[in-house]
Amino acid sequence: MTSAIPARTTTASSGEPGPRIDPDGSTTKKARKQYSDRVRAERRLGWMLAGPAFVIMLLVTLYPILQAIYESLFKFRLTAPGEREFIGLGNYAVILSDQLWWEDLGRTVLITVITVIVELILGFALALVMHKALKSVRGLLRTAILVPYGIITVVSAFAWFYAFDINSGYINSWFSWVPGIDESTNWFAEAGTSLFVIMASEIWKTTPFISLLLLAGLAQVPDELSEAAKVDGATWWEQMRKVIIPNMKAAIMVAVLFRALDAFRIFDNVFIMTNGANGTEVLSLLAYRQSISRLEIGLGSAVSVLLFVCVLVICFVAIKLFKVDLAGSQGGK
Amino acid sequence: MQTSQRTRNGARTRPRAIVLGGLLIGTLAMTGCGPGDDDNSLTWYINPDAGGQAAIAQKCSEESDGRYSIQTSLLPSDAASQREQLARRLAAGDSSLDIMSLDPPFIPELAEPGFLAPVPEDVAESTTENVVEGALAGARWKDELVTVPFWANTQIMWYRKSVAEAAGLDMSEPVTWDQIMEAAESQDKALGVQGAQAESMTVWVNALIESAGGSIIVDPEATADEIELGLDSEAGTEAARIVSTIGKEGLGGPGLPTQNENGSLIAFQGDSGSFMVNYPFVWPATVAAVEAGTLDEAVLEDIGWGIFPRVFPDQEAAPPLGGINLGVGAESDNPALAYEAIECIVSVENQAEYFLTNGNPPSNTEAYEDPRIEESFPMAETIRDSLQVAAPRPQTPFYNEVSTGIQQTWAPPSSVDPETTPEASTNFIISVLRGEQLL
Repeated sequence: MTSAIPARTTTASSGEPGPRIDPDGSTTKKARKQYSDRVRAERRLGWMLAGPAFVIMLLVTLYPILQAIYESLFKFRLTAPGEREFIGLGNYAVILSDQLWWEDLGRTVLITVITVIVELILGFALALVMHKALKSVRGLLRTAILVPYGIITVVSAFAWFYAFDINSGYINSWFSWVPGIDESTNWFAEAGTSLFVIMASEIWKTTPFISLLLLAGLAQVPDELSEAAKVDGATWWEQMRKVIIPNMKAAIMVAVLFRALDAFRIFDNVFIMTNGANGTEVLSLLAYRQSISRLEIGLGSAVSVLLFVCVLVICFVAIKLFKVDLAGSQGGK
Repeated sequence: MQTSQRTRNGARTRPRAIVLGGLLIGTLAMTGCGPGDDDNSLTWYINPDAGGQAAIAQKCSEESDGRYSIQTSLLPSDAASQREQLARRLAAGDSSLDIMSLDPPFIPELAEPGFLAPVPEDVAESTTENVVEGALAGARWKDELVTVPFWANTQIMWYRKSVAEAAGLDMSEPVTWDQIMEAAESQDKALGVQGAQAESMTVWVNALIESAGGSIIVDPEATADEIELGLDSEAGTEAARIVSTIGKEGLGGPGLPTQNENGSLIAFQGDSGSFMVNYPFVWPATVAAVEAGTLDEAVLEDIGWGIFPRVFPDQEAAPPLGGINLGVGAESDNPALAYEAIECIVSVENQAEYFLTNGNPPSNTEAYEDPRIEESFPMAETIRDSLQVAAPRPQTPFYNEVSTGIQQTWAPPSSVDPETTPEASTNFIISVLRGEQLL
């Protein structure tokens, strides 16, 4: 997952002859022919190492995706196999004309936007702390910060659920001094408070992931640049805004993209804490309800396909927005 | 030099790799087969309990003199997830589904497409004698017995004697919902009902509608396009009035919108406990809490019980009916052996033992004659009487849609409006069943 970031450092720092770049940025056939034997051997080794995983990934992801697209064109209930019927885009029409889809989409986007923004801010702060920490405590600090990310989401969801649950929770007792919170506060009875707990759990669990990615980005910013800015009289904020953040754009892009995609597919926390009750249903849960609970394979597949399209849109928007070529060896442009 | 060494090493490691590969493939093949490899081995997919089903499996295996051996395989904890797993396995033609512990409302969905092996006549005859009518109804689909009743559950009314006394209620006579609502309000206590958006909500709504003389589905055998619901009726409105009053007036306490059966029990055991509708597990759970020292014995002594509250004073209540039936997968390699094992599992003796050890009431009335039951469950007679008048949830292949539709429109209780909810609920479920809306 972090391979996109080191790629920039590797190419920049290694003395290996890379592909020759024309003035317009394209790689010519002629240039490709000029790879040394060693580079060619390394590339071959790279394909041999990554190839099997790539093929397996294609098999386990592409096949279900194509199957889902195919199934989405049918009216098909698993417990009524004889009544399978081709209905074209009928399932999509049902979904897109249903208010529930749009409500769930709005809720999912809300969760994605809020959690990613908060995680980005907190993650950046934690990355700065880890980056600047004294060498003696750096390892301990990084371990402590990463602990939540090491916990399985379902386990963390149960922990948060039991902490806030009106019967077994301790939060009401601990925070009874806060106005609006007392022993009878039922956090999971309403959409607002339920979503607050769900998002808090998400943020607690995945901020370390963002901070780790941002730490990798911070490490790539040459100290000389900050030093030069400092000498020129730049304040801390100016250094951040004009030197550090622009130079870690690729890292921020990776962090935002990965987390946005993850947050958009949120399932475990909602499933465990509310199971979508009281206005907390999200798109993944909607897909689950149609495919797994109702066993309506056609309709559920159509929801999943639309969810996949949303994910593609997020990728496209994020890449366009940040104007970063993740596949390119030059990182942020 | 290096190359030759590598070749030699490779030659040495190759046989080792082949052996390791063979072992791996062998292991995978063996684990893939899973339980039930032997000709007389049966797999029983059980719902989680306190070990009672595993004990019965062992006992029956021993008593069979080697004719069969039952292995148990644990299903997920909640009924909906159990259904999901079993339906997917049955649809895929999994032959390991020899015996299945099934929640009755989901049986028509599995029986309709022929996922269940037919019950042999002799087995049907031997396993249905003295079985309570509600459990039998839940075991049938289209007038045919498709599963065998094992244990039957029902909700009874639990109450705190001190609260009932203070409210001036005569608990020797049947009480109504209005009476217990009034009593709870006058004593500033909370009613123990299940208001969470979950299966328990459908259980409650169904019991209220059946108690008011109606039914959620008018024709359970109808197809999805022709199904007719009885929610938007006088009985449905009366049910909505009770749910709505409890929700809007806060009679269920602050935990009501997320309260399931366990939550109700915890609240009932607390200072605000008054009247509660719940399953018989309440008793062993409370006794265990007292024995563990986490609950005052005075609470146990203060608990009384009676039949589920009535909706109308002059109309008998129709308490919820649950339990577990046993079915055999149509693709099972040993359906005859499976039914032989089922005859053993559901024996009167095993049902009585299961009640004593796991707290799950027998579906066979004869089992209640075991003197040990009265000792351990002083309310056994009430449970048996309740089972006789209990009403099953709608028996339809579309139960999941109907139930989830009710959960989504009747929860939380404070959002229920007797004027609009029954109609809105009906329109929503019909629309979902006709494929016009998402659920």
